[in-house]
Amino acid sequence: MMYATRTRQASPEPFAVRVGIAERLGLANLDWQLALAAIALVGFSVFTLAQATTNDVPGSPGYFVDRQAIYGLLGVIGMLVLTRIDYSRFRELRVGIYTFLCASISLVFVFGFTARGSRRSLDLPFFSFQPSELGKVLLILALAGFVIDGARRGSPWQRTLRYLCLGMAPAALVFLQPDLGTSLVFAVATLAVMYFGGVPWTHFAVIGATIVTLVALVLVAAPKVGVPVLHGYQEERLTSFLHPSEHASGAGYQQNQSVVAIGSGEKTGRGDRATQTRLDFVPERHTDFIFAVIGERYGFMGAAFVLSLYALLFWRALKIVTLSKNSYGALVAGGIAVSLLFQVFVNVGMNLGIMPITGIPLPLMSYGGSSVLATFLAVGVLQSIHIQARLSQKGRFAW
Amino acid sequence: MYERSGDRPGPRLALRVAVVGGVAVALFAVLAFRLWDLQVLSGADYLAEAKNNRTREFKVIAPRGDILDRDGNVLVDNRTSLALQLNTQKLPEDAAEEREELQRLGGLAHMSLRKIRRTIKEGEEVAAGAPVTLRKDVGYDLVYYLEENQDRFPGVSVQRVFVRAYPDGTRAAHVVGSVGEINDEELKEPEYKGLEPGDEVGKEGVEYAYDRYLRGEPGMTRIQVNALGQPTPGGQLISEPPSPGDNLKLTLDPDVQAAGESALASFGLPGAFITMDVRDGQILGMGSNPTFDPADLIEPTQAQVNALYRDDVLAPLTNRATESYYPTGSTFKIITALAALENDQVSLTEPIFDNGSITVGTQEFQNAGGASFGPVDLVHALQVSSDVYFYTLGLRMWKTNQLQREATKLGIGKESGFDLPGETEGLVPSKEWREQLVAEGLALEDRPWSAGDNIQLAIGQGDLQTNPLQMAIAYAALANDGTLVTPHVGLEVEDAAGRVLKEFNPEPHGKVKINPSYRSAVLEGLHLAAQAPGGTSYGVFGGFPIDVAGKTGTVERPGHGDQSWYAVVAPYPNPRVVTIVTVEEGGFGAESAAPAALRILEAYFDKHATQTGAANGGSPG
Repeated sequence: MMYATRTRQASPEPFAVRVGIAERLGLANLDWQLALAAIALVGFSVFTLAQATTNDVPGSPGYFVDRQAIYGLLGVIGMLVLTRIDYSRFRELRVGIYTFLCASISLVFVFGFTARGSRRSLDLPFFSFQPSELGKVLLILALAGFVIDGARRGSPWQRTLRYLCLGMAPAALVFLQPDLGTSLVFAVATLAVMYFGGVPWTHFAVIGATIVTLVALVLVAAPKVGVPVLHGYQEERLTSFLHPSEHASGAGYQQNQSVVAIGSGEKTGRGDRATQTRLDFVPERHTDFIFAVIGERYGFMGAAFVLSLYALLFWRALKIVTLSKNSYGALVAGGIAVSLLFQVFVNVGMNLGIMPITGIPLPLMSYGGSSVLATFLAVGVLQSIHIQARLSQKGRFAW
Repeated sequence: MYERSGDRPGPRLALRVAVVGGVAVALFAVLAFRLWDLQVLSGADYLAEAKNNRTREFKVIAPRGDILDRDGNVLVDNRTSLALQLNTQKLPEDAAEEREELQRLGGLAHMSLRKIRRTIKEGEEVAAGAPVTLRKDVGYDLVYYLEENQDRFPGVSVQRVFVRAYPDGTRAAHVVGSVGEINDEELKEPEYKGLEPGDEVGKEGVEYAYDRYLRGEPGMTRIQVNALGQPTPGGQLISEPPSPGDNLKLTLDPDVQAAGESALASFGLPGAFITMDVRDGQILGMGSNPTFDPADLIEPTQAQVNALYRDDVLAPLTNRATESYYPTGSTFKIITALAALENDQVSLTEPIFDNGSITVGTQEFQNAGGASFGPVDLVHALQVSSDVYFYTLGLRMWKTNQLQREATKLGIGKESGFDLPGETEGLVPSKEWREQLVAEGLALEDRPWSAGDNIQLAIGQGDLQTNPLQMAIAYAALANDGTLVTPHVGLEVEDAAGRVLKEFNPEPHGKVKINPSYRSAVLEGLHLAAQAPGGTSYGVFGGFPIDVAGKTGTVERPGHGDQSWYAVVAPYPNPRVVTIVTVEEGGFGAESAAPAALRILEAYFDKHATQTGAANGGSPG
């Protein structure tokens, strides 16, 4: 009932006639808290990279910083552009979006270049692009459309299975790259859209049971009969966090070092005296393990600050679910909110040694153009939903 | 229904949002608590672990001090060498993998798998847990190869080590001695406190005796390392430089030492020489033949091991100047003379008729070479080395133990307090000794101490066991009015800048009362023996411009050629230096030992010419 109350209270200025600059740019109805949280996160990322990665690329101390700053700037621009677009248009383009999504991921298999044994990126003229990152947003936009569109067709179970198939197809493609982490994000986003789309609780119970069975099969049963589904390193990463000391120099090593790094930061951090994340003890410190860098350099204060920014981000996203003027917006916002939450939890949990290593970047913090851009676009979509909701409320009052 | 496009979401959505919100709160709480736990509750532990992570401590070995002769010439210093070391605890646990690695390593180091395993085993016996040095003096190409392939050779490292260098090869080899890795027994001893397995300590000679000065203090370098344990560029944190060992200056005189060694080597026979300052016990020269190059001990080949360690007859590592058991022949007669004089068994003037032999009971004792000298007094008896004269004195002192007492007083048959390890105690045979030997069933013949035994002792034969060092002390006591000096080769300890840190002036061992007239009579006899016509070594020293007092000795050794001895003090009559030479199977004293002593004294007086002769005119008698 909260929702109804909110609509009645909205628009305190029914007689406003002057149109300000912000109004003209369409920024008046921006969710400023959401925008600031996102910009603060990417800003903190640039700040951290500036301090922690100066020696990473010989002869080019600003390599990661400069690029991340540019990605952040492009992301903000992309977000602002999206605020001018009514997200509802994406619902109409769902088939096109979905096709583009699957095609771009498949292109990686044909043209993609291989980094560390997996092909995830396309080499574009100026930078390499990872379609699966943008895919996280595209999948939500398309799937939400399919859910709204197919709401009346078929039995509830048929619908559930249809959504699952639509979501799992791109997830499987990504899994084959192989990119286990991103495919998990796809799966979670799919379930989130279905969840906010009203798929009955009982269906989720069945899906949950099936997942548990599958995981058991993949991790326990399949290897026993000699059918490896996961790559060895994937399985080791997934299970080693359960008993890290056994893998002190193997898969659990990275996590041990990350935990030591974060712990050694204590309350206020070690600043430039940081050693764990400065001396290669923690791998991938500018991407997957950037949270360990923050934890060691800035201590509990820094790490808790970052967590609160994410909490703010998530809170605003969830708020936008409730504000949305239509169900499509609610589903999209919900999908984005949950997938962001999932990524943050899995990545930070991985850094803290309580989640397995899955190669999921920390949204807006981890270095990487595709991830930063895609996350800002997702935030842009959220802003669009927010703005449209505000405009429709005002419209109703104005007219 | 809320699912329709354009429819506003309904109340059911609110529930679902609330559920997700609750889950999110729980997840963030988990992260926050974990963060709190890691950083605030156990942060200090992780900080300690991180600090431990980033640094490695490397021991920096200190070079040992140099060993110099008294003129400052280097006898022993160091060179650097690259040693291939293996930390066995870091070898693969899997037996097959370990075997594979050792085989790879053997291929590089030109060692068979068996040899590597044996080296490891031997190393573990010396000091378990220490890195085993597989090979010294490896080339740089091997070092680079190993560095590039570190991951294939876990536990293998190359260390820059200091290796003892001997610029003059065999020079003073028995004195300088050798070094080696500290063993388990030594590690338990207090003087090696603070040392670790794998450290090098002195094992023989002055390297052993003055180890605490020569051994330096190892330094420590803390290096910042990355996750692979490789030093980061510029990551040297703290560096405690090693403090090198102090230099040790020996009493050895290079000219005396060289002359003695070459004179001894010229015979090609086992033997020893010692030249000592009679006033303070400083050893000016000391050598033993056959000798060895201490460098061969660092990493001996099998042939070298056999030659150095397994040859019991030649025993090149034995310092015959201090570690031998010899009878001394007629050089002992000064002791017999002093014993008889001091105990009034003979007077300076009493003539004893030497008709070539003396008969005691059924046994006849003859002069060497069948000579007979007629009536001889003490001085004359020493000059011609009349055995009959001293047989008679031995017979007179048969039951008195006076000869044994005098010998013991002069330092025979007991350790001298020499600063190098390994000196032998020796034996002055006596009635008590004989009785004890019989009582213990160790005697070859079951008989009491006989007059013959004492007669044999009177001329330095029979069961007497001593060494050149003890004879040098006894002759020095005669020369210096009865002071029993403590012989030593350590002169002073210097730091690298040459500042003297410590001088060694060991207290004399004791004082023997010698009647001055007896002393001068004995010295006169020796002087005449060396430099008056008819003297036993006149043929050798007759033309020597410095007055000396010297005594030949010839030991009959059943089954062997005679052992040649010569004992000489110079300049006569106020000697500063004593030289003892012995050559196994060298014949009569004047045949080999005396000429060698002459060359040594020539070297000594060439150098100290300004201080010689003038005092006593220097006319050879």
